[in-house]
Amino acid sequence: MATAHSRTAARLMLSPAVILLLLWMIVPLGMTLYFSTLRYNLLMPGMETFVGFENYYYFVNQPAFWAALSNTLILVLGVLCITVVGGILLALLMDQPFWGQGIVRVLVIAPFFVMPTVSALVWKNMFMNPVNGIFAHIAKALGLPPFDFLSHAPLASIILIVAWQWLPFATLILLTALQSLDREQQEAAEMDGANGFQRFFYLTVPHLTRSITVVILIQTIFLLSVFAEILVTTNGGPGTASTNLTYLVYAQSLLNYDVGGGSAGGIIAVILANIVAIFLMRMIGKNLEA
Amino acid sequence: MARKVSNTRKAVVTAAAWTMGFLIFFPILWIIILGFKSEGDAIKTPLQVLFSDWTLQSYHDVQERSNYGRHFWNSVILSVGSTLIALAIAIPAAWSMAFVPGRRTKDLLMWMLSTKMMPAVGVLVPMYLLFRDFGLLDSRIGLVAVLTLINLPIVVWMLYTYFKEIPGEILEAARMDGASLRSEILYVLTPMAVPGIASTLLLNIILAWNEAFWTLQLTTSQAAPLTQFIASYSSPEGLFYAKLSAASTMAIAPILILGWFSQKQLVRGLTFGAVK
Amino acid sequence: MTLTLRALLGATVSLTLAGAAMAETTITVATVNNGDMIRMQGLMDDFYAKHPDIKVEWVTLEENVLRQRVTTDIATKGGQFDVLTIGTYEVPIWGKQGWLVSLNDLPAEYDVDDLLPAIRGGLTVDGELYAAPFYGESSMVMYRKDLMEAAGLTMPDAPTWDDIKAAAAAMTDKSKEQYGICLRGKAGWGENMAFLTAMSNSYGARWFDENWKPQFDGEAWKATLTDYLAMMNEYGPPGAANNGFNENLSLFQQGKCGMWIDATVAASFVTNPADSTVADKVGFALAPDTGKGKRGNWLWAWSLGIPAGTQKADAAKAFVAWATSKEYLEVVAAKEGWANVPPGTRASLYANPEYQKVPFAQMTLDSINSADPNNPTVDPVPYLGVQFVAIPEFQGLGTAVGQQFSAALAGTMSAEDALAAAQTLVTTEMTRSGYIK
Repeated sequence: MATAHSRTAARLMLSPAVILLLLWMIVPLGMTLYFSTLRYNLLMPGMETFVGFENYYYFVNQPAFWAALSNTLILVLGVLCITVVGGILLALLMDQPFWGQGIVRVLVIAPFFVMPTVSALVWKNMFMNPVNGIFAHIAKALGLPPFDFLSHAPLASIILIVAWQWLPFATLILLTALQSLDREQQEAAEMDGANGFQRFFYLTVPHLTRSITVVILIQTIFLLSVFAEILVTTNGGPGTASTNLTYLVYAQSLLNYDVGGGSAGGIIAVILANIVAIFLMRMIGKNLEA
Repeated sequence: MARKVSNTRKAVVTAAAWTMGFLIFFPILWIIILGFKSEGDAIKTPLQVLFSDWTLQSYHDVQERSNYGRHFWNSVILSVGSTLIALAIAIPAAWSMAFVPGRRTKDLLMWMLSTKMMPAVGVLVPMYLLFRDFGLLDSRIGLVAVLTLINLPIVVWMLYTYFKEIPGEILEAARMDGASLRSEILYVLTPMAVPGIASTLLLNIILAWNEAFWTLQLTTSQAAPLTQFIASYSSPEGLFYAKLSAASTMAIAPILILGWFSQKQLVRGLTFGAVK
Repeated sequence: MTLTLRALLGATVSLTLAGAAMAETTITVATVNNGDMIRMQGLMDDFYAKHPDIKVEWVTLEENVLRQRVTTDIATKGGQFDVLTIGTYEVPIWGKQGWLVSLNDLPAEYDVDDLLPAIRGGLTVDGELYAAPFYGESSMVMYRKDLMEAAGLTMPDAPTWDDIKAAAAAMTDKSKEQYGICLRGKAGWGENMAFLTAMSNSYGARWFDENWKPQFDGEAWKATLTDYLAMMNEYGPPGAANNGFNENLSLFQQGKCGMWIDATVAASFVTNPADSTVADKVGFALAPDTGKGKRGNWLWAWSLGIPAGTQKADAAKAFVAWATSKEYLEVVAAKEGWANVPPGTRASLYANPEYQKVPFAQMTLDSINSADPNNPTVDPVPYLGVQFVAIPEFQGLGTAVGQQFSAALAGTMSAEDALAAAQTLVTTEMTRSGYIK
């Protein structure tokens, strides 16, 4: 129906966003690409020399790289599992009629508003600290030795913290979707003798697919670049047990001041993120068309 | 009889839901409580903490040490400013993608989202050099621009999914009546999209408020928002739970309150087109 | 285009500045969130009374954030700060780069000769003083006199590591949450590696031999790490792999540590009754040795430097001179008592009879004097620095090695593997940087 006129107008209206994002992508990325071929230590300016792909070689061949890669995947998948499953269960619970719905919804939504730095600090000090944290106090009250979360289960602890921040988001989207579920259809199915599980798997789950895809997409974007939580709690350690790719790039460029190596790492991270993006696109594309 | 069963059921659900709500909210509740305790009391066992004396000392200390007012205003200006600019750029873009879709619209959207996956730490040095050359270090303008660009993809996408739900017939009817493109957007589309725009606005204010990498790296004092305020309390010497709690409460309270008051609007638009 | 824009912006900025300069100059001071710096922010009235035309804008950050922020800015000539709080590691490197303003022209009443020689030497490059020390520190043993007494032990003034091990064993009672020894375990060149490098010096270890060949495969490092791990595993607090200075301070103040070997500045915090539950029960001793001639103590000074290129060097100098002056010490003493003045920078402070009454004064001075950054190890080395190696690469190396040792402490890696990994990664980096030919 669109006329040629409105097509031109549409292009014009689209262009500021596209041009800005293109610039935002190309300028830093171009500079990073350039730096990634230099030996460039921030503390020794003026000594930059062209080294070709050496930085990439060293970045990929450090033992921490593969650890970081698998940690990144575990972190993303772990948080996604907890928030999606937890979100569905929580949404199902909150979709039932009960007293004080409004207040409970406010309580559940709250962690989403908390700065990542603050939530990491609070979890690290007030909860997971093995001497003064609440978990340690509880363990001691039960006569157990306190568990040292950040040393013995660093990645799991970080997954827990990040999942706490994102659970509200998943719950809210899924709850909104549940509330738009066709009640009559549900009742009809009940009449036909479908039990709770059957109704859940044949009516509710298909209805939620789109929302779940959206939750996965949005969260993946943010989870791939989790950084503040690691910096505040474990500094990527012990060893490299909780170093993800973003943190490794940070360590390379801002702790070692190896801008060349850090830039190479940044480029590798962008490439990997785009592989994930293509993968997601396939998945989302299918689900969103429907 | 049936009513009684349903009431029992309701009571069980109520208990379960309140328990979950309480557990999820507990960490926030806890820092609010600890902020009103003395440093010595704040490290005791939970029961001892609850029954110890209340004090405003930590808030007093934090207030004395830091310029909360300036950090607060910077946070407000940065988050609201960047969100408004992002909306101004994104509304036309989302409109054109939703109503005049081309073959490549989906790819374009995905590409926009993928720009968000660039790890910020990898491009810090180039960005720092750019900011230096344009004299934008520690300026609100520079940070507003960065935050706008960071959140633009999400804004475009949220608006796009929202606009897509608006039935095209209404727009065509308006066009038949001779509405120009501008009045079509202004008088027909925008009013229908207000809930979607409102929730996009809220979500992005939250995201910008909580952005803690660029806001910390590119500011020093004049433009520094609350993220930097928190960075000076993260691990000081000696006992610090109470001061950290007080500072944390001060940093998250404004956005928490905003979020609570506007949660209905926020929720309505958070569907990302996932609800038909 | 860029140039015009820059020129325009520059012109605007300098116009605004010129307008402001008539009234007052605002300087931006980047500082670390340590107690002494926070205290200074509360005592600024004295400075403003002396310099009504200067206004100070504070940027207070946690140590790691501060270091990264300040280094990025100075290396890219961002010009965001007028005064920087930096340590003895940065000063020689930055001074050589020409990044810092020389402070040789401070006024005579500043009495630069009063600065402790060890500290001043660490901040001087080729005869130019590049930063003024705000407080200086070494490390020493802080221990609980009451617990030692209960265990029937006495702490010698100059203990050996065997004395420390025996005392740690005797004071540990995990059922009462009482841990014999608290040491740094958090990964970082300024955290666990500061302690471990200093400790290794007393075991006769070194980072590099004269040809810059890493020495982690030697017996001395193995002995150091094995002893450290054994002590921490048997007598240390839980979660030690995440404990840095601040965490240990907090534990000690709560009375959970029998001994703590750390910075001498901690002495004023652990003896301050307002924060510490064990204020009147703390004794002090020199850092331990193994009889090889070096003690396991470090040398550090948090100092104020002025970046080259600042437009406000005069105002910045006025501030630096005030903050590190004898008068400032008196201002603090008048307000907070002598025990709370920033220690370890001036000989006159230790000659002051009032200050000599402070229980840890003499031990602090002895510790600082016994550290020698120019000759830190038993065997000769090609580098300067006691608990660090003053080369630009060290920050990255120290942190990477620190990660390995922290993993060994957490139990996810054996001591042998940690040392082997350290040897490999340091060798790679030193080869890459051209030290090893």
